[in-house]
Amino acid sequence: MTDQLAPSLADAAPSKLTRKDFASDQEVRWCPGCGDYSILAQTQKVMPDFGVPRENIVFISGIGCSGRLPYYMNTYGFHSIHGRAPTIATGLKEARPELMVWVVTGDGDALSIGGNHILHSMRRNVDIRVVMFNNRIYGLTKGQASPTTEFGQKTKSTPTGSADYPIHPLVVALAAEASFVARSVDTQTEHLQGVLERTGFHRGSAFVEVLQNCNIFNDGAHRAFTDRDVRDDRMLILEHGKPMIFGKNRDLGIRLDGLRPEIVRVGEDGITLDDILVHDETSEDPTIHNMLARIYWPEFPVPIGVIRNVPRPTHDELVDAQIRDAIARQGPGDLARLLRSGETWTVQ
Amino acid sequence: MTSTKAHDVPVQELDRVTIRFAGDSGDGMQLTGTQFSRAAAVFGNDISTLPDYPAEIRAPAGSIPGVSGFQISFSASEIHTPGDAPDVLVAMNPAALRANVRDLVPGGAIIVNSDAFTPPNLAKAGYATSPLADDSLRAYTVFEIPVSTLNARALDGLDMTSKQVDLTKNFFALGLMFWLYGRTMETTLAWIEEKFGSRPMIAEANRRALNAGYAFGETTELFHETYRVAPAQLAPGTYRNITGNEATALGMLTAARLADRQLVYASYPITPASEILHYLSAWKNFGIKTFQAEDEIAAIGAALGASYGGALGLTGTSGPGMALKAEMLGLAVMVELPLVVVDVQRAGPSTGMPTKTEQGDLLQALFGRNGESPIPVIAPATPAECFDLAIEAWRIALHHMTPVVYLSDAFLANGSEPWRIPELDSLADLRVANRTERAGFYPYERDPETLARPWAIPGTPGLEHRIGGLEKLDILGTISYDPDNHHRMQLLRAEKIARIARDIPPLEVFGPPEGELLILGWGSTYGAIRSAVERLQGRGLKVAHAHLRHLNPFPANTGEVVRAYERVLIPELNLGQLRMLIRSMFLVDAEGFNLVRGKPFQISEIQAKAEQVLGDR
Ligand SMILES: Cc1ncc(C[n+]2csc(CCOP(=O)(O)OP(=O)(O)O)c2C)c(N)n1
Ligand code: SF4
Ligand SMILES: [Mg+2]
Repeated sequence: MTDQLAPSLADAAPSKLTRKDFASDQEVRWCPGCGDYSILAQTQKVMPDFGVPRENIVFISGIGCSGRLPYYMNTYGFHSIHGRAPTIATGLKEARPELMVWVVTGDGDALSIGGNHILHSMRRNVDIRVVMFNNRIYGLTKGQASPTTEFGQKTKSTPTGSADYPIHPLVVALAAEASFVARSVDTQTEHLQGVLERTGFHRGSAFVEVLQNCNIFNDGAHRAFTDRDVRDDRMLILEHGKPMIFGKNRDLGIRLDGLRPEIVRVGEDGITLDDILVHDETSEDPTIHNMLARIYWPEFPVPIGVIRNVPRPTHDELVDAQIRDAIARQGPGDLARLLRSGETWTVQ
Repeated sequence: MTSTKAHDVPVQELDRVTIRFAGDSGDGMQLTGTQFSRAAAVFGNDISTLPDYPAEIRAPAGSIPGVSGFQISFSASEIHTPGDAPDVLVAMNPAALRANVRDLVPGGAIIVNSDAFTPPNLAKAGYATSPLADDSLRAYTVFEIPVSTLNARALDGLDMTSKQVDLTKNFFALGLMFWLYGRTMETTLAWIEEKFGSRPMIAEANRRALNAGYAFGETTELFHETYRVAPAQLAPGTYRNITGNEATALGMLTAARLADRQLVYASYPITPASEILHYLSAWKNFGIKTFQAEDEIAAIGAALGASYGGALGLTGTSGPGMALKAEMLGLAVMVELPLVVVDVQRAGPSTGMPTKTEQGDLLQALFGRNGESPIPVIAPATPAECFDLAIEAWRIALHHMTPVVYLSDAFLANGSEPWRIPELDSLADLRVANRTERAGFYPYERDPETLARPWAIPGTPGLEHRIGGLEKLDILGTISYDPDNHHRMQLLRAEKIARIARDIPPLEVFGPPEGELLILGWGSTYGAIRSAVERLQGRGLKVAHAHLRHLNPFPANTGEVVRAYERVLIPELNLGQLRMLIRSMFLVDAEGFNLVRGKPFQISEIQAKAEQVLGDR
């Protein structure tokens, strides 16, 4: 098992599997209308595209409504404990680099109790794909404030309004040096499929925030910009190499004024397409990526898509390489000799 | 002292000698002690050593907190402990003298570096007047030797700063001790060559210091006799000296070989367990994967993830880290995967005394989790035995599909003794098969004998299934909230661990199989208890010793053993944790002997306690 190295995903045999092959026999038990259904459906839908045999795919989750997803995937699955899924995923990848490992988590699971593990699994570039369902509330425990709950919002645990400032999950992911950072929305199924598909093909630490509606405890948390009739004006769909244009009429854009982003209208005040920022997800410099991770409705349109994608050697590759190097340098370990190392003496 | 001719001094034969080297943490006392130990071991003595590190890394030079010590006991017969009280104290400064002198046997010898007894150093050690000048040391034989001056003279002409020169004075003291105990300097000269070969001047300085110390012994008339401790009669074999932490690391690596599986060691640094991480990280060419996690929770999570993947997932820590691992250990119980957690115990609660030993985590290991959460617990008794018990931990984990807690402690971890190196092919085969067959696969179907569930690792076609912390439906392993199922699963998990008793050796008794007094111990108290019992038996007393390696489940005959004696005495470096278990499980009125000073028991303390218990009858 030691010498077994990961075949690249592309090498895997083309799969003839379909979405159905990835649905387990377990009855799905989220509240009717929950955004989690869509995330599950899109996940199952894109799985065959990777060409990875089902037995080589593992879904690991923490605790929360999101945490139930592995039960519904007909792959290997591990529903662990609150916040700790990245740790189990890290160890699994260390032992079995060839596996495709997904981590399913929630805003509380990933950013509150599990914040430390997100930070470190991302900075190590562990080859895991973290999908965080952000409903900006604790769903499973019935409606307390989460680290992404809005300031001043009333919840069961903050009846007079939350006194905690929320964090931007993707800013955290960028600060943690995730090599792939993206955002999508439960209701925008095609976009979500696209992002999940890109995530699946990435190698290294991927962090995807999926804006998800908890219709029971935080209904409409994202509605102000995701609703069908406003979303074109209030969301910015990022595409690599394309200008950051949005709006029903595709005439609004993001321009930099010094270091500050601003919204401008193309064709007005002499502004042309050339003034608009062009998205470069592969830029090593994270400045613009940070800006994209921070800007939010109502000041700005909410960016969705792949924000950052800067592959670098993964943790499991580096660990394997160190072992190979050590073997090349010192020869394969001789246990009998190691036991006898240091000063020995013999008693007849 | 002016004579340069070796003079003849009589040689006295001794059975056992205990020396403590003490100095400032910058004085190289650990190295001095280790070198002396090696020489004694190679000579064929039975040895036992115990370092005593200062808690602070850089305590002020010359201060009492900055004192570092190393005790070695070497003997012509079998010994089990580093000795209660040193016969000889080598004190490199006033603080070292002050911190250690009260441990010395009455009439013991003190060798001091008199150069270090300057007014500032005396003040730092809290001496108003020099103990060399007043008669406070009259109970001992004091040898005042200007080590710094003599050493500097020996190194004269080398292009070194006076500070560099001073750093070698410990080897002067070592050379002198070699002379005093009739040892050759070969092992240390070889070590100097190996260590400093590429820096000839440093090598030369250390050689000169060592030789000068030895020559000083030969020429001085301070000592009226030298000593010999003959080789001990050890079982035939090849030996090396080993600490508990190194033996643990080697045992874990060996277990992975015996199981033919990848070893993944995930850990967060903590005294006194960090060395295990250092050892395993250095053995990369053995294919070991080590992972320094962000905290102890991540460490055990990674270990469990590795086990889920079919590897040997191992994590190591000390008490505070053990507390953090509790929730994940509970998950390991629920998902029934093999996993080993090493807890090198230290004095608690909380941060406690990180470098000091204690046996305070037994109940934490057994019960420190939510819910009914049975886990096998084992504990090595001596540094060398850490090797065997590391393998035993994996044998249990793999054959019974369960997490196992392995309780070492600071005394075992840092202490050392000769270890008879085993032949690899004499060790048990630990291989177990992964489940691969699709037909009839149920994630929680159990082996009828052990109740272990199948190990079906990701990557196995057709066995895709889900596990997790929610209660499992018996056999099928899907989520279940059924009350009767939960009750059944709780009983099954308990029974699975209880049945391990069928698979472990019976508790052995040293001494009469029944009688007046049984001293029952576990873990690192072994040496002190065994030595005390040997002495008591030597005086014709009907005292027996039994030492538990398996603390959950207990060996099947444990109840029988403890009921066979009128009195049961349980010495522990805690306030009575094993005693609580023995009393509640076997309804025997066991008595405790409990000291929690961060130090191992002395033989004499156990002996005196046993005598008191016997006298009370
Ligand atoms: C150690 C621990 N603490 C607390 C809980 C209770 N708990 C379960 S899920 C959860 C919060 C979940 O919120 P989030 O991660 O946002 O997931 P969601 O349910 O919203 O999908 C909490 C506090 C737990 N299971 N374990
Ligand atoms: S509580 Fe909210 S997040 Fe959880 S299942 Fe119901 S709707 Fe979904
Ligand atoms: Mg949530």
